[in-house]
Amino acid sequence: MSKHLIELINVSKDYEGDAALQNVDLYIRDGEFLTLLGPSGCGKTTMLRIIAGFVLPTSGKVLMDGEDLSGVPPYKRRVNTVFQKYALFPHLNVFDNIAFGLKIKQVPKSEIERRVNSMLEMVNLKGYDKRWVDQLSGGQQQRVAIARALVNEPEVLLLDEPLGALDLQLRKEMQVELKRMQQSLGITFVYVTHDQEEALTMSDTIAVMRGGVIQQIGTPQDIYNEPKNAFVADFIGESNILPGIMKDDFKVEFNGREYECVDKGFGKNEPVEVVVRPEDVDIVDPYNAHFEGEVKSILFMGVHYEIRVESGGFVWTIHSTDPVMPGGKVGIQILPDAIHIMKKPPEDVSGESE
Amino acid sequence: MKRTLFSYPYILWMALFILAPMLFIVYHAFFENGRWTMEYIKAAFEDAVYFKVLLRSIMLAFEGTLLCLLLGYPTAYMLSTMKKSTAALLSVFFILPMWMNFLLRTYAWQVLLGSSGIISRILSFFGFSDVLLLHTEGAVLLGTVYNFLPFMILPIYTVLIKLDKSHIEAANDLGADGITTFFKVVFPLSMPGVISGITMVFIPAITTFAISRLLGGGKYRLYGDLIEQKIVSDGDLGLGSVLSLILLVLVLISIVIMQKAEKTAGSEGGTLW
Ligand SMILES: Nc1ncnc2c1ncn2[C@@H]1O[C@H](COP(=O)(O)OP(=O)(O)OP(=O)(O)O)[C@@H](O)[C@H]1O
Ligand SMILES: [Mg+2]
Repeated sequence: MSKHLIELINVSKDYEGDAALQNVDLYIRDGEFLTLLGPSGCGKTTMLRIIAGFVLPTSGKVLMDGEDLSGVPPYKRRVNTVFQKYALFPHLNVFDNIAFGLKIKQVPKSEIERRVNSMLEMVNLKGYDKRWVDQLSGGQQQRVAIARALVNEPEVLLLDEPLGALDLQLRKEMQVELKRMQQSLGITFVYVTHDQEEALTMSDTIAVMRGGVIQQIGTPQDIYNEPKNAFVADFIGESNILPGIMKDDFKVEFNGREYECVDKGFGKNEPVEVVVRPEDVDIVDPYNAHFEGEVKSILFMGVHYEIRVESGGFVWTIHSTDPVMPGGKVGIQILPDAIHIMKKPPEDVSGESE
Repeated sequence: MKRTLFSYPYILWMALFILAPMLFIVYHAFFENGRWTMEYIKAAFEDAVYFKVLLRSIMLAFEGTLLCLLLGYPTAYMLSTMKKSTAALLSVFFILPMWMNFLLRTYAWQVLLGSSGIISRILSFFGFSDVLLLHTEGAVLLGTVYNFLPFMILPIYTVLIKLDKSHIEAANDLGADGITTFFKVVFPLSMPGVISGITMVFIPAITTFAISRLLGGGKYRLYGDLIEQKIVSDGDLGLGSVLSLILLVLVLISIVIMQKAEKTAGSEGGTLW
């Protein structure tokens, strides 16, 4: 878990002047499950394509095992990809699609059969081996794409939103299955997803991206509990984000009131951004409260209620297991360790990695 | 309802120019002065010459189609890898001759291959005098290939440029180098284009006439020439009609075979067609 298997050094990619990736520095450890998380168009697919060798970086380089990959064509890289758009071969049936890589490596027939069949079982497609791929549903095609890549047991597997087309239950099953395969085979995963919950539950490391720049890299816990900036905080879970002023160490003012907090080391009266998670805002008796607000709406979400409360011009999003009356007044309390203070970003969000 | 209404002129057109001549031929093949006759059928099958010419036509069509495929596929492939604008410019060279009348094109070859033509002169300059170019079987084959090559290139090219590049990437990703990717992915996926190319060359080639008369000097008569001769020169409408019918059956059989092949390639080629 310590060797740097893949390293991206100052990698940038421009498409006709538009930057898809900007000065990305990133290393991926051997056996690690690294997730690239970010909104649409932030450069996740571009990053995978650079590692796979389909796209050459405009500048910077990619190392694998310390060796520069610049001149190495995709078919020689010890990497396999689960493509975002599957890219299954329409002229081959399910079995031959999955067996494609093994046949090229001239693996013996009996072993191909064994490995393909166990893959089919793993992705829940037993008995589908003779089907043409255009006779499969989107979710089934996606699972064939996973099997086709994983069956080769590559050193590194690049997965571009591999579970996007699956329903919730199947997605959960496949998450467990993929994680299990990843650990038992010791494959390094570079995993792309939009889904922050998926990222948090599966990854060893998460890299949050925006506009071709890595905003933060860290363990799921780090990213969730100590987001580096308001974008990361908002992207990983919902957040209440509001401007504030750091009055002193452990003292911050926002929304017209002063609060105790656990952060220090900011300048006196420095403008900051304050992030409070919806589940960290407590609804309490009015006489214990920091302030009162009016309940604007309440929505049942399954496990909890999502409640919107207006106070002093700001609408708080609150997650609570207890319902409240819409239109009524409630008391609100925000404890010191619920308050996360972020530096105000310079106009342009410039990212840093690790 | 509206749709059927709009198709009436088309149906009328078909009836007038396709069905009527067909019935006309069938009538003349089997009737003489309003009475049923098997004379012409017998004549067509009794004389071995007709069979020999038919065989030659089939052979030439096969050879011509094969040559067109061998020349056309690489050409189409190269065109498909070029920039769109370059490919468009180059394909003008293939399409331009198609705008010229087929007979004119063939006359041009007659001049080029003639004993005082430019090719003979170049050859004799290098010491190869009196090489017979015109009036050979090779000349007939050349004429066939030249005339029908574009019909091979275009359908293959059309399939190749529509080919989803992500399949090529997927093959590379799974460890296939350029050549392996070509044989395992690109070529199988272009099969629908190959099959329609073969259809579009083989059928006109088997029914062609005039090429062999102009370039083969009458020594290598083809079935099309035979029909033309029977009907136009000999005025033997009955025999000419029977020969036409035989050719028609042959064409229908090859169309059925091609469609069968296309269907298999189609189910494999998935979304391509
Ligand atoms: N071949 C290309 N030509 C030009 N621009 C491209 C190309 N591929 C990607 N881009 C641009 O690069 C940026 C990053 O694209 P990329 O596909 O990496 O995003 P992504 O993070 O994978 O998004 P999504 O989550 O929607 O798949 C986008 O702005 C996109 O428009
Ligand atoms: Mg993408």
